[in-house]
Amino acid sequence: MEATPWWAREGFWAKTAIFVTALSFVILIWLTFDTMKQIMAGSARVPDYSVINHRISYAPDEARGYQVPKIGPEEPLFGKKLSEEEAAALVRKGKLTIQGRNCMNCHTLLGNGAYFAPDLTKAWLDPAWGAATIREQLMLQFLMDPTNNARTFGTGRRMPNLHLTEEEAKAVIAYLKWMSAIDTNGFPYNFKSIAQGGE
Amino acid sequence: MTRVGVLDSSNLTGGQRLAVKYFTVALILFGAQILFGLLAGLQYLKPDFLYGVLDFNVNRMVHINAMVVWMLYGFLGSVYWLMEDEARHPVVGLKLGEIAFWVLTLAVAVVVLVYLFVQYGPGDIKTIWFINEGREYIEAPRWADIGIVVVVLVFYFNVLATFMKGRFTGIGGVIALDLLALAGLYLAGMFFTPNISVDQYWWWWVIHLWVEATWEVLVGAIMAWGLMKTLGVSRRIVQTWLYIEVALMFGSGILGLGHHYFWIGTPDYWFEIGGFFSALEPIPLVAMVVHSLYDAGKHELKSSNHPALAWLIAHAFGNFLGAGVWGFMHTLPQINLYTHGTQWTPSHGHLAFFGAYATINIAFFYLAAQQWRGNVYMSAGIAGAWRWKWALALLSIGVLGMTMSLLIAGYEQSFIERAIEGSTWAGYFKAQTHPWFMQAMWWRQIFGWVTAAGYLLLVWDLLAIGAGETRTATQVGHESEQAQAGAQAAPAAA
Repeated sequence: MEATPWWAREGFWAKTAIFVTALSFVILIWLTFDTMKQIMAGSARVPDYSVINHRISYAPDEARGYQVPKIGPEEPLFGKKLSEEEAAALVRKGKLTIQGRNCMNCHTLLGNGAYFAPDLTKAWLDPAWGAATIREQLMLQFLMDPTNNARTFGTGRRMPNLHLTEEEAKAVIAYLKWMSAIDTNGFPYNFKSIAQGGE
Repeated sequence: MTRVGVLDSSNLTGGQRLAVKYFTVALILFGAQILFGLLAGLQYLKPDFLYGVLDFNVNRMVHINAMVVWMLYGFLGSVYWLMEDEARHPVVGLKLGEIAFWVLTLAVAVVVLVYLFVQYGPGDIKTIWFINEGREYIEAPRWADIGIVVVVLVFYFNVLATFMKGRFTGIGGVIALDLLALAGLYLAGMFFTPNISVDQYWWWWVIHLWVEATWEVLVGAIMAWGLMKTLGVSRRIVQTWLYIEVALMFGSGILGLGHHYFWIGTPDYWFEIGGFFSALEPIPLVAMVVHSLYDAGKHELKSSNHPALAWLIAHAFGNFLGAGVWGFMHTLPQINLYTHGTQWTPSHGHLAFFGAYATINIAFFYLAAQQWRGNVYMSAGIAGAWRWKWALALLSIGVLGMTMSLLIAGYEQSFIERAIEGSTWAGYFKAQTHPWFMQAMWWRQIFGWVTAAGYLLLVWDLLAIGAGETRTATQVGHESEQAQAGAQAAPAAA
């Protein structure tokens, strides 16, 4: 009987499997360190939480070929400028509320989640709020009583009343504003923002 | 004494008895997955249905959690099933394994009851610990996470100790290393951060590196054993293929993780890395199709368990189509920019999870049913064979039908919401109310019912197959195993 050629031997492929797995994992770890540096709050891609004190827009970037968030002049949320710590605490509360109310099983955030309700990545900038001047108030009203403030756009789908307190609703709005300032490499694409600051 | 054709636990070894407990819960959760999927699907068509009682987010959460958990139960059961045969040693620490099973099952029951009756909690860390973590697929609260880790460690002890006391085969080695990675990766999902980019980065470590890497390798190992068992394929062949698959699977799947890092705030070098490696991900799945079909053909489809073999072949095709082709279709960033977060994803998800994982678990349910009835005959010409054939057909047609319906919805959504309307909420709703979208949702629901019918038939068949049959199973594989064992022993003796 002929000997099995090296490329068909179990031992060769076992070693290859171990080598390929280990190498891939080492590369992934290395990339993870670099990525973590680039996505910490306060980095160029993921802004500080105090960005909620500013106007945020989404404008075309010629070099990159898609829109990127732009941080504008001061425009504090609910008219109250927050310190870095206060802003961080508010955004943290917003994230806890979003997780506790299980938002992700109807909505998507950064495109991940469920598809029963719209994506929230640029919820802060969506033209559905009408005018930037009344946006915060409309968002607050809606989140605190979505059943009676529902706009179903013909789908008949209404957000259930999740009994958010005013504090939780404001925290969610802060969270959505902060999230709209993350550089998501042009996602969502070709987005048409709400008019802000006399645009 | 073995009683052929009669359901009797004395026909099973200790490990197999524990395995059928896992399989039983898995099958019940499979039913729950379908039920809550049907409720959620119906809410697309009748949005007021159960509004304020069982809202879409609850139904959808139970739908996907039941799926993840029944698949894990199926895998754990399958490993307990094959462990003793593979290691040639009884399960070490079986009693501990039994306790772990009951603890896990109790925890799952409590988590589901809290999902259904408490549903959500206030915006503080206690909700994450005790009610719902609110992160897709891994919603289980933190206390349950810790319980899962403990149970998996017990399971891991069973696996490692059994193989060490018995013999470490190639299949055993792959399972042991893979389970270590699978358990370790779960830890990456157990923390809270307000930074959603960091959150989703690690969240994908659990979701992707489970589903597209460690689960795939685990089913590769289970499949290898399944082919030896049902067809009698030689160990040397299946193990060589298994190593090739592991190399290709981890070689493409680990860095293929990058296809989830296009739009979550992560740097744009992930475009190239994610695009390239995820494009390679279908290759190991092609290898699996080739080798399972080749083996089946070489053995002229003479198998010891026809339904199990049919489901193993369904697994090879389903994995390639659902995970490979459907994944590849929208994996490159240039198309994913439009498809990410649309119905494309559930289209891929339905076919991939069914094709890659439901199928192989069902194959093992049949292996268990056979042994439970005293290694009863399950080859050609069994009584009531129409049941397993129709269950296979209805489940496959149902899932494929849902997949195609959701794909059409996904195309429509990508074009109308994203490409034309510019991804605003008005664009989203315009796409959601379009007649093509609504037609697709109706078809998805209809095929959901077909899937449910297939499930009911499957349950009936698993309970009835082999009852009253007096013949024992067709013998396969022993010659090749023995011949090979002899061939390996000879040089050593020389």
